[in-house]
Amino acid sequence: MKTIRIVFAAVLAVMVVFGLASTAVGAKEQVKVGFIGPLTGGTSSNGLGGRNSADLAVRLRNADPKAKYKYELIVLDDECKPNIGVQAATKLGANKDVIAAATHYCSAVAISTVDVYHKFGLPIIVWGAVLPDITYGNKYGEVHRVNGTMINQNETAAKFMTGLGYKTWAVIHDTTDYGKGHNKYFSEYLTKNGGNILGTFGVTSDQQDFSAELTKIKSLNPDVLYFGGLTPIGVRIRAQMEKLGLKAQFEGTSGIVSDTFIEGVGELAEGVLAFREGAPTEKLPGGKFFLEQYNKQNYGEPPEAYGAFAFAAMNLILDTIEAKGPDRKKVRKALNKVGGVDSIVGKIAFDDHGQNTIAVITKYVSQDGEWTVWEESEYASGKRKLRGM
Amino acid sequence: MDAGLLGQYIMNGLMLGMMYALVAVGFTLFFGVMDIINFSHGDVLMVGAFTGLATYFGLSEIGISWAPAQVLIVLTVATICMATLGMLIAKYLVLPLKAAPPLNTLLITLMLGTVLHEAIRLFYPQGANPQRFPSLLPTDAYTFGNFTLRIDSAMILLAGLGVIVGIHLLINKTKLGLAIRAVAQDEETAKTMGINFTLIVLITFAIGSGLAAFAGILHGLYYSEINFAMGLLLGVIGFSSAIVGGLGNIYGAIIGGFLFAALQTIGVLAMPFASAYKDVFAFGVIILIMAWRPTGLIQEKISERV
Repeated sequence: MKTIRIVFAAVLAVMVVFGLASTAVGAKEQVKVGFIGPLTGGTSSNGLGGRNSADLAVRLRNADPKAKYKYELIVLDDECKPNIGVQAATKLGANKDVIAAATHYCSAVAISTVDVYHKFGLPIIVWGAVLPDITYGNKYGEVHRVNGTMINQNETAAKFMTGLGYKTWAVIHDTTDYGKGHNKYFSEYLTKNGGNILGTFGVTSDQQDFSAELTKIKSLNPDVLYFGGLTPIGVRIRAQMEKLGLKAQFEGTSGIVSDTFIEGVGELAEGVLAFREGAPTEKLPGGKFFLEQYNKQNYGEPPEAYGAFAFAAMNLILDTIEAKGPDRKKVRKALNKVGGVDSIVGKIAFDDHGQNTIAVITKYVSQDGEWTVWEESEYASGKRKLRGM
Repeated sequence: MDAGLLGQYIMNGLMLGMMYALVAVGFTLFFGVMDIINFSHGDVLMVGAFTGLATYFGLSEIGISWAPAQVLIVLTVATICMATLGMLIAKYLVLPLKAAPPLNTLLITLMLGTVLHEAIRLFYPQGANPQRFPSLLPTDAYTFGNFTLRIDSAMILLAGLGVIVGIHLLINKTKLGLAIRAVAQDEETAKTMGINFTLIVLITFAIGSGLAAFAGILHGLYYSEINFAMGLLLGVIGFSSAIVGGLGNIYGAIIGGFLFAALQTIGVLAMPFASAYKDVFAFGVIILIMAWRPTGLIQEKISERV
């Protein structure tokens, strides 16, 4: 009996010693950071790509021996639905261990969650949503954004399209804040640049049949059909245009720049134009590094268009925590002062509203089943022609 | 408005109406024989469309690439699979609850619908994304002014209308149809006349769900795209069409389907720059019709007596 007790005590002693030793070696403090994006639903490919990219930033930081803290990423799904997004935001905000977060791809969700972040004092960086009001509609110190807004995007789009020589447009937009915002800014800049809008049609974001709207548009006979909305209904509209013999050039927004759009419409994607903030991942200053690291991790999904932005947002958060310590207020203050920091998406400088002011817009055309940068496409070189040119 | 454009609107409306009618007929059949509302009907349609798509990929795998054969096999497989699913729903979810309040059946089918579309979203590869449905029909188009008639659209419309006529004949001219109508009218009497009640219910569910699968494939062929959520709104519209036409009445369901499609098309035409409200307009008119004729446009000849 006695020997058993001695052995037991010895084992305990060994465990305690080793336990102490291990905590001494890995004495890094645990810090939690958050990520929210659409992980399920029609835009989930972008959400999953963003999640993997944010996760990559955390993994790289944890692998860095110089990092002061050990980070844990808390991932939540907003389903691209405002009500679910508010729940997720509240969950993160109420968890005092979470210091900061990279949040939201969908504008309709982001705009409805900013109040929540403000209430809980949780600093966030938006990584994908492009509605201007997310940063410009409030004076919340908690809200920042690394990607450009639809204002920049539509200004470039309007100038570019009128520059090509197109004269008349019909507009279809979904009636969420995202679609309405696109409609507003595109119409504004188009009129400034001398374009003429023949008709504007609002549609719900889950509409199936567009034959009535498209028939009406056909009778208006515009040069270009501008679509302000996301991939799922973009796919339907492009497919149904063909059924009704509508020959206009199809122009989309950042909402359709995804592989899902091209897979969804197949060969009808050829010659579709779209515009997006930033540049293609491989053309970004740190794009090559990002893609290399991303591929090393063997994620199940590609980073998609906004992955690099999610990575940059998360990296900026981690940098700030490293510098200022895991404290929401300090992190918020430091983020508000960011001006000209290098990142894989180029320099980042936040204005008074937390909006990154150094926004690059890239023009895309779908060529042979891929989103190709306009300047490098055969459409720009004159080898292929857009519709009506 | 010129004739070509009018023709195009009519064609659009007919196409939509045909699909709504196919869904509405299912609702009305189920209500007829069992006095229940099967809210999983829209999702059965969606699963039918996905079954068709999977069948198409299977056929391409084994090297059958002749389009007419593909269309026929896709339609047959999807219809049979969904007919079977319909029978299973009837046997294990609806019939056991026969004595329970109708609300329970309504709830259980509503939940089944959610299970079906969540299952597709989670388990079908990339199920959350819109899926491209292959064009299996000839895509030649004829243009008359503003009217573009595509051969595939015309074939889809004719196939749909053909099935609707077929169902009408089945219900009104065959012995099976007589049995279905007998059960719908008076279950007890039908049983005493030697009609196998359970069998008739199963067959009715098979027919209704098979129709949904057929409509799902037509939907895929027409729009070249299917997605996991497509059954939700179609279910609601189909249900409203069945109600407005007079639940339990096949003609009512057909009329209701075409009426709803007409209302949506008129909604866009009448309010060209407020097209987002076309569903509000269509459902609003449906509400007015319901207020005017609470039992539907075509009333049941025999009202239920206690």
